[in-house]
Amino acid sequence: MINIAQGVQNRRSVVHAVATVAAAAGLYQALAMSGVFTQALLPKLQTILYTLIAMLADGTMERHAAYTLCRVLVGFALATAVGIPLGILMARFKWAENFFLPLVSALMPIPSFSLVPLFMLWFGIGNLTTILIVFYASTFPMLFNTWTGVRAVNPLWLRAASCMGADERRIFWNVIIPGASPFIITGMRQAFLRSWIAVVGAEMIAASDWGLGWVIFDAKEFLQADVMMASLVVIGAIGFVFERLVFGSLERLTVLRWGMVRLAKG
Amino acid sequence: MQDAVTLTATPHLASRVGGRGRAVARNLFPFLVMGVLWELVARSGIFPRKLFPRLEDVARAFVDLTVSGVLPHHAIETLLRLLSGFALAAIVGVTLGVLMGRTRRMEDILLPLVSILAPIPGLAYAPLFLLWFGPGEVSAIALVAFVSMFAVIFNSWTGVKAVKEIWLRSAEAMGANKHRLFWYVIFPGALPYILTGLRLGLAQAWRILVAVEMLASVPWGLGWLIFGAREFLNTDAMLAGIIVIALIGILLEKYVFQRIENYTVVRWGMMESNTR
Repeated sequence: MINIAQGVQNRRSVVHAVATVAAAAGLYQALAMSGVFTQALLPKLQTILYTLIAMLADGTMERHAAYTLCRVLVGFALATAVGIPLGILMARFKWAENFFLPLVSALMPIPSFSLVPLFMLWFGIGNLTTILIVFYASTFPMLFNTWTGVRAVNPLWLRAASCMGADERRIFWNVIIPGASPFIITGMRQAFLRSWIAVVGAEMIAASDWGLGWVIFDAKEFLQADVMMASLVVIGAIGFVFERLVFGSLERLTVLRWGMVRLAKG
Repeated sequence: MQDAVTLTATPHLASRVGGRGRAVARNLFPFLVMGVLWELVARSGIFPRKLFPRLEDVARAFVDLTVSGVLPHHAIETLLRLLSGFALAAIVGVTLGVLMGRTRRMEDILLPLVSILAPIPGLAYAPLFLLWFGPGEVSAIALVAFVSMFAVIFNSWTGVKAVKEIWLRSAEAMGANKHRLFWYVIFPGALPYILTGLRLGLAQAWRILVAVEMLASVPWGLGWLIFGAREFLNTDAMLAGIIVIALIGILLEKYVFQRIENYTVVRWGMMESNTR
């Protein structure tokens, strides 16, 4: 994820990238047409494309995507609302750190999926369970990065600011928050990736009627590999858009403009 | 940039302990509070006892399952699956990543493919793998390997590219051949990144494995234990399984990766120790 933009920067690389993808697609197509595997397991590219278009045209794919996105966004928003304040609290106050750090360190290594069966028993099948799983998965990266970020704020800046007569409040909003923002934004990025992974898994197991994870798992039951592939494409595309456009521009608008980080250069 | 942040952002429990006894007490205190809270909710009767068991029920289930050997068997199967999947990912991932970092051609070929496949959540591939390889051991291990490979590839690639040009040139000027250059300069230079990649990969493998075990219907495994226990409303067994999962996760983090890091890159002075 790191330096893809930079790696694919120059023209030659773009040409090569297109060529490789085309070659990979050709290879896949040849394998699919060769009949070594049945059509049902390894559909041809045009079949996948037709399925995708058909599903987009009748609105089912949009609906699946909307349900999934909704769950992710609600869970992610909850995680932001809890993770960032808690991370700041932990970094600023010793007692909060002493209390929460052991808990967080014990809870963090538990994969979110292992909680799915438990949450299903407690909260039933559907939105509540999936949202809570997303929340669980994305809180910890947010919290840890915020905590690290606030502690990593250069003490010199703090002293300089208080010398220049800034009160607590100003120091917090004008020094600490911008200073910690590269970490916080990294945390949000990681958290989003995590929640995107978690939602697919949660939807597969705690299945409701809609959702990209659910449709993939449901398609398996009916051997519809084309539907699975089409949904994979949509999942990948949405993840890519969020990672690049949303978080990329968030970074450009905040930390890059404030000069906290430089654009990665080769 | 993002990488540097990820490096420093990884959690380190042991880094902030004062006196030993006091530290233990301080670390136990929050768990005590949570335990009391749990017990209060469990005893209040808001949830039926079957769904929200008391701590004694969980402890009993834990002891019973451990004594009868069920829990260790599940844990060992899971660990074996984790190790074989992860070993595969490490070998393939480091090889591909280093190749991509060293030769332009490999980079051109592999980078687009990797960047297309990587952002798709690993579990989304699960049904596809199940269709192709059938439910069971092969799909589980293949999926774990496939999913954890990307973090390893990306970090090895970045690591090799981040090796300082001047080290390469000075080694060459001092007459190092290709072989020596690789093993004495490039590989140690890239090692902090590779280790970060392995660590991220292992964490990812661990996270995905539990889910894969639920989906791939393997006969033994902690994920399967939890999922199977749900059918019979054995919430206490589920919680016992989750505790084991958490313990293994903590042990992996503390005793595998921090150790490797301390023995290699920290000793070579490539990175500051996290466990002061």
